Amino acid sequence: METVTSKQKEYLEQPKERISGSEAIVRCLLAEGVEVLYGYPGGAIMPVYDELYKYEGKINHVLTRHEQCAAHAAQGYARISGKVGVAMATSGPGATNLITGIADAQIDSTPIVCITGQVPSHLLGSDAFQETDIVGISTPVTKWNHQITKASQIPEVIARAFYIARSGRPGPVLIDITKDAQFEEFDFQYKKCTGVRSYKPVPEIDENSITAAATLINSAKKPMIVWGQGVILGKAEEELKAVIEKTGIPSAWTILGASAIPTAHPLNVGMVGMHGNYAPNVLTNECDVLIAIGMRFDDRVTGKLDEYATQAKIVHFEIDPAEIDKNVKTDVAVLGDAKASLKKLVSLLNTNSHPDWLQKFKDLYTIEYDKVIKNDLHPTAKGLTMGEVLKEINSQTKGEAAIVTDVGQHQMIACRYADFNVSKSNITSGGLGTMGFALPAAIGAKMAAPEREVVAIIGDGGYQMTIQELGTIFQNKVPVKIVVLNNEFLGMVRQWQQLFFDKRYASTEMVNPNFVAIAQGYYIEAKKVTKRENLAAAVKEMIASDEPYFLEVCVEKENNVFPMVPSGASVSEIRLE
Amino acid sequence: MGTEKQLYTISIYTENNIGLLNRISAIFQRRHINIESINTSVSEIEGVSRFTILVSMTEDQIKKILGQIEKQVEVIKAYYHNEEDTIYQESCLFKIKSDLLFEERQIQNIIKESNARIVTVNKEFFVLEKSGRRSELEQLHRELSAFGIMQFVRSGRIAITKDKLKITEMLNAFKN
Ligand SMILES: Cc1ncc(C[n+]2csc(CCOP(=O)(O)OP(=O)(O)O)c2C)c(N)n1
Repeated sequence: METVTSKQKEYLEQPKERISGSEAIVRCLLAEGVEVLYGYPGGAIMPVYDELYKYEGKINHVLTRHEQCAAHAAQGYARISGKVGVAMATSGPGATNLITGIADAQIDSTPIVCITGQVPSHLLGSDAFQETDIVGISTPVTKWNHQITKASQIPEVIARAFYIARSGRPGPVLIDITKDAQFEEFDFQYKKCTGVRSYKPVPEIDENSITAAATLINSAKKPMIVWGQGVILGKAEEELKAVIEKTGIPSAWTILGASAIPTAHPLNVGMVGMHGNYAPNVLTNECDVLIAIGMRFDDRVTGKLDEYATQAKIVHFEIDPAEIDKNVKTDVAVLGDAKASLKKLVSLLNTNSHPDWLQKFKDLYTIEYDKVIKNDLHPTAKGLTMGEVLKEINSQTKGEAAIVTDVGQHQMIACRYADFNVSKSNITSGGLGTMGFALPAAIGAKMAAPEREVVAIIGDGGYQMTIQELGTIFQNKVPVKIVVLNNEFLGMVRQWQQLFFDKRYASTEMVNPNFVAIAQGYYIEAKKVTKRENLAAAVKEMIASDEPYFLEVCVEKENNVFPMVPSGASVSEIRLE
Repeated sequence: MGTEKQLYTISIYTENNIGLLNRISAIFQRRHINIESINTSVSEIEGVSRFTILVSMTEDQIKKILGQIEKQVEVIKAYYHNEEDTIYQESCLFKIKSDLLFEERQIQNIIKESNARIVTVNKEFFVLEKSGRRSELEQLHRELSAFGIMQFVRSGRIAITKDKLKITEMLNAFKN
């Protein structure tokens, strides 16, 4: 359950006090335990910024260089900590700039609360300066949203916003507050929200479904687990581990499930999906029982749906009833919270092992190693590979770092090769695939977990989508480590052009600036590596630094990421070259 | 199984919220599902609204849609029904020249036989109201068309289920 700090108590359920709406907003955040928020000021939110000024020292507002990055920073904060991230923006363009981050949080189930200023209520609908219908615009990409036009609504609505964002399947909430409501005074008192009558965040577990699941699993000869982010969001890592170890079931993960079980665990058989590992993709179509835990059968995971695990019985552990049978028909659906469900499940499972079946995974791994992994990690060609950079980071961080990735080839390579010893260590934009995500998300992650090494791994394309956040990093002295894997291409798109469009490289070649000079322009220590013999020392220097550090690694320009399930193909048609 | 299109009525009990219509219609729009009709009103429970939506789709589709609808925070519960599960009605209004009422005896017969109701009559026009099944409404429309209709409007379907819907119990459970 949630713990309430003594600092929070100062703002919770205190006697009523007459204050302005804008001060109330800040006090609500404090009562929710918010220590840092990310945002950008402007006309319609200025009263709140004025209060943030007065409350300096109690709450830390970080000025990002773009509102999109405020949302991404809030996401990074939430993803590494499990707490709700907060972003703030003014009306109109400030609010619309948040949308990409909100959409990303929606599809990746990340709990964030976004607060936007709005024109005074008497101007609503008049096309006033910087008026946009942000509630209308954000509706399809928020778990919940609401416009406040009276100060008295502020405490209840904000309490509800935090409750909805974090409970059940988490997601983004947007609260739009008119400027007159920010100025208006009222008798403030804050109570945390403990329930909304029309909203059932966690379905009750049906014991029969657990029994049915256990029966299927116990009788399986070739079972396979695929877990997703639901395990991390539900804090069910230990429970999952117990299930895996008791049953000896080979277990794979979706991109957002990465790090819930350590990479080196003997039953961890790697990533499923388009650029996942060979064995779990191929054997998805050979297993007899597929146990999906907190994952949603995304099309990047399933490939061609009507050829996905058709031979297998499907057991689906899921918190969101709308996910059951959405893409893949289940034989047993276990609705509920992953932690509670797995805890009940494990006691019904037989102690077991599947050595022959596990051997199949190992055999296919060997094939993948020979065809792909060896060349990625121990290349013999002259040019540097993305894989060897990851290998170097692994060895120097001992797999303890949180890896924040952008979108593209480097992302797939990072997720494939990063060693994860600790949960919540893979922060990436999975569902939306938002280029520009990594740099701001790394800021949020590092600020939420200052004790952790946070390494952002970014392509030269995506880096330039939010490169201005170097300013935020510099101003706030956020010691993130930034690695740009520069292939002078929009690599992933170029790969598709090579494979499916006869190498017609339309608008994917990049003529890049002097990245080192740009980082140095922000007074960030920076280095560029072009040769293999300099890589280890450069990574070492970066990891040893207590400050923000930028490392550009020039990699082979036209390498491809394999294995690959071509879009529209079945997972077992995965290509190794 | 569940793969043939048919007409379904969806009943949604919701909190009374401004943005909800937008949220619900977006669920259909995103999936290119045409809404045949939509009606919102109060329900038997104070403060709780009821949406009645008529759509043509497969049972597989409607189950998924229902999941998406119920996922909305302010939706209390959503149901879907077949024609046989519900008692349903639509209603319509016709505006017709008053002269015809007196000059065309046949119109009077049509009105009588169709159980339509005259809502108002003045010198220029009269307004006829008819509630019932779609086919009855359509038949009346066909018959009156011959004489000329000045204006016509038909409402969305409203429907009551034969089975009990346990909304009050659900809401009470929250209080406890
Ligand atoms: C905002 C956004 N625009 C476009 C895309 C499409 N896209 C996916 S990967 C990719 C190329 C990324 O290139 P780069 O950042 O250099 O990384 P690399 O693939 O070379 O590692 C593009 C353009 C996207 N995912 N996000």
